[in-house]
Amino acid sequence: MRGESKRMCSTCGCSDDGGAVLRKPGESDYHVHVDDGGAGQHHTHGRVEQSDGSHHNEGHHDHDHDHEHHHHHESRSRHVLLEEDVLLKNNLLAERNRGYFEAKKIVALNFLSSPGSGKTSLLETIIPLLQQRLPVAVIEGDQQTTNDADRIHALGVPVIQINTGSGCHLDALMIQRALHEMELQEHSLLCIENVGNLVCPALFDLGEALKVVIISVTEGDDKPLKYPTMFHEADLCILNKIDLLPYVEFDVARCRENAMRVNHHLEWFELSAKTGEGVAEWLEWFEKRLKLL
Amino acid sequence: MHEMSIALSIVEAVVAHAQNEGAVRISEIELLVGKLAGIEADSLKFCFSAAAAGTLAGEARLVLEEPEGVGECGECGVRFPVNFYYAECPECRSLRVTIVSGEEFLIQSITIDERGE
Repeated sequence: MRGESKRMCSTCGCSDDGGAVLRKPGESDYHVHVDDGGAGQHHTHGRVEQSDGSHHNEGHHDHDHDHEHHHHHESRSRHVLLEEDVLLKNNLLAERNRGYFEAKKIVALNFLSSPGSGKTSLLETIIPLLQQRLPVAVIEGDQQTTNDADRIHALGVPVIQINTGSGCHLDALMIQRALHEMELQEHSLLCIENVGNLVCPALFDLGEALKVVIISVTEGDDKPLKYPTMFHEADLCILNKIDLLPYVEFDVARCRENAMRVNHHLEWFELSAKTGEGVAEWLEWFEKRLKLL
Repeated sequence: MHEMSIALSIVEAVVAHAQNEGAVRISEIELLVGKLAGIEADSLKFCFSAAAAGTLAGEARLVLEEPEGVGECGECGVRFPVNFYYAECPECRSLRVTIVSGEEFLIQSITIDERGE
């Protein structure tokens, strides 16, 4: 696989490939590429990444030192200590997003689940209720289509769709670019619906206040054990589709116990986005939590 | 498959550092990838060779150190090896276990070649 070929844009065919694309429902002309100048681009063309000062200096120290030792060699080999977090760039961007949210008093929630657990349905249920208290906006993440954004748009709240193309998760840069395209109000709620995937999104901080993982009773009750990283990272877990419990073999107590084994700080809620059962309890908790954030 | 985007960010970071240091080639990259970091080592190696092609890191050897997971019991304080997040204290059976090692994910160092005199 060549460096160039994996940056193909399957979304619009333009040459700036591989990166995510922002879209808006009802605006077919609207189309913004998330220029991932880092995530995908390895030809840095003289653009110098700022490393953290101390390590930078250390590198230079090594240079001066080794320079004398290897003076007579034709090609010199040198060891440079970096000790840099691989996710440093994403984490720094996430902190910038977090600072933006804090300054504007915006509460950002990152909704995570496998495809089909009911993330969008849950948003459709809670947004009309939450909207009575504070303004709500949504960022939708999917590989393709604006289907989910269209559903949220129908509720009359601002929404932007991030199409990740070949990507399996949202990252902090995509969120930063989406934020530039939205005019979020102060004292508002931002719901970020991540790409349906219980593995990859767990590693990428977006700057959210809380990670909300959703599972549904049509999945296995051992899901927290199968995908522990996600449950370990989450702040709360919502068990959705409890109206289907009479028809499926799903042990709620066992699932909860499994989730708690992975993360004993996890908050746990059971509800049905379809019937509304349990939604009030969760919103009550959320209201209390909002005051603490 | 987040390993591909991670491989790309590793390549980007090491190439930037190498350019900063005036390198003509990166011969080795040392990574610290904890067993609990959520990274599949083989998948990362596979993606890395594709991500690095045509860059200063194109011929670099990827060396992975994979520290084992270590948990610490919140009840009795004992430290013990863990493979997963759902660890149970072997002494007191408590589930209040904090992971103290195994989540590392760092670019430790690079070895670069410089142009000779």
